[in-house]
Amino acid sequence: MLEPTLPRAALRLARGALTKANRVQLYLPIADLPVNVLLILAMGAAVGFVSGMFGIGGGFLMTPLLIFVGISPAVAVASVASHIAASSFSGAISYWRRRAIDPSLALVLLTGGTIGTALGVWTFTLLRSLGQLDLLIALSYVILLTTVGGLMFWEGLRAMLRARGGNPVPVRRSGGHGWIHGLPLKMRFKRSKIYLSVIPVIVIGLIIGFIGAVMGIGGGFILVPLMIYVLRVPTSTVIGTSMVLTLVTMVFATMLHAVTNHLVDAVLALILMVGGVTGAQFGARAGQKIRGEHLRLLLGLLVLAVGIRFAVELVIKPADLFTVRETSTGGPA
Amino acid sequence: MRLAAAIAACVLGAALAAPPARADRLIVSVSNHRVTVTPNYSGEELVLFGSVEKDGNTPPGRNAYDLVVTVSGPRMDLVTRRKERKFGIWINTDSRQFLKVPSYLAVFSNRPLEQIASPEVQRRQQVGLNNVLLTQRVGPDYADVVPEDAFRSAFVRLRKQHGLYRQETSAVTFLTPTLFRTGIPLPAEVPIGTYNVDIKLFADGVLVTRTETAFEIVKVGFEQFVANAARNNGFVYGLVTAMMALMTGWMASIVFRKD
Repeated sequence: MLEPTLPRAALRLARGALTKANRVQLYLPIADLPVNVLLILAMGAAVGFVSGMFGIGGGFLMTPLLIFVGISPAVAVASVASHIAASSFSGAISYWRRRAIDPSLALVLLTGGTIGTALGVWTFTLLRSLGQLDLLIALSYVILLTTVGGLMFWEGLRAMLRARGGNPVPVRRSGGHGWIHGLPLKMRFKRSKIYLSVIPVIVIGLIIGFIGAVMGIGGGFILVPLMIYVLRVPTSTVIGTSMVLTLVTMVFATMLHAVTNHLVDAVLALILMVGGVTGAQFGARAGQKIRGEHLRLLLGLLVLAVGIRFAVELVIKPADLFTVRETSTGGPA
Repeated sequence: MRLAAAIAACVLGAALAAPPARADRLIVSVSNHRVTVTPNYSGEELVLFGSVEKDGNTPPGRNAYDLVVTVSGPRMDLVTRRKERKFGIWINTDSRQFLKVPSYLAVFSNRPLEQIASPEVQRRQQVGLNNVLLTQRVGPDYADVVPEDAFRSAFVRLRKQHGLYRQETSAVTFLTPTLFRTGIPLPAEVPIGTYNVDIKLFADGVLVTRTETAFEIVKVGFEQFVANAARNNGFVYGLVTAMMALMTGWMASIVFRKD
């Protein structure tokens, strides 16, 4: 007698879930508005996929998407930090299992990153008191994204053409490439198979931390090319190691946002995370299958596209010259 | 028009000459005084209903009433910015701060405001979006400006686009000459807090009486818990969120582990 009732109950449950799926609105307690759960999940998954594939945080993609859905920029930035932490952690674990993370390199980068973040927060406060911070952020987005994206795209394209032409691309260019390898304080990064001075590594960490704090991004998309082209870190360990840096930065960012502005929406973050980690897993797997130069080409294209979008926004006459923003919630007047 | 104005002036004079008796009374109620925000909250529509109570002092033969309902939400500071082209790019150049203005502002009436009262009366009674006081910081001063002001009109227009400011001149319906109702649509984006409802009764172009009521939108249960935790225990909240992020990431790597 039990057997026939069970599937019927399951059927009823499924039907209930289906009718509910049509209105999966969920009210976000901090953002103060209802959102479509499926939409947010899909957004999290899509950005998670990209972030797992390229080893970038994806904040520069996620934040504009959330603002587009109607979430206020402050809440979006604050909640995205925890989402990036989750997807980079899941990505980092799978890279760790594949031995694609260089722990000593990550540690040295983090040392520089911490100093850079502190400097960046200080500069941010200074710039805000001077005004026109928005413009500066927008301009640095455009300059950074288009140059980094353009360079990566160009380099990837050239590498691909060379590979097609018959002569395979050398993994690392041989010989002394410039002053970077002449610097003192050399250290052996075993897993990356490089012997390198810690000075450029710390400086790069510092730059990333600084840019991240000023522009409110993880900075993975700048870190990856810097590691590839300046430090000559092999592609096999670049992504995993950059993920570790992103993870630590974003955990700190989450804490900072929660303590200072109380704007982290945990419910929004959880939905993004669930989508994000799922996407990141598939992304990481896809990233391992794609050849290095193709990966660089794709990432370059993506970064360039976002940069151009920002540039267009600055140059084209906006549909509405006016904007209204909340500055503070006044008490009962 | 001139005739109407003359009549209005006569009526006004008559009203002033008459003893200040409280001729009519308004009795109103909102369908729900406490809107609770739950996980599946997606806005709400309240109904305001009420009636005009006449008494002995009501001028005989007065049957046509006009009603203006103004709903104003919790007050907040907002800034309106204007972009201008400089060095080939569009940047925010000028801005105006609106101080303690209603986050939600809705004006409902039974017919167009200009038919209800003269511009002068409208201005004095703050009837309509053009006449409600919206204080701006103008240099060192605090003042409202003319409705045609670029910043003020842009502000009202943008708030209207989000459904947060609205003016509907046929929203109030009289079921009988003295019994009325109007809907108060609250889109999901309206902020949490106390909402004041101001009801003004007009007859022959003058304000007869007014009354006020209020309702509140509150978070309850889980929403309230999360919001309070974020505000009062920022550090613990951040720690829990960060832990949640790590747990989610770790679980995913277990779930999707292939080897």
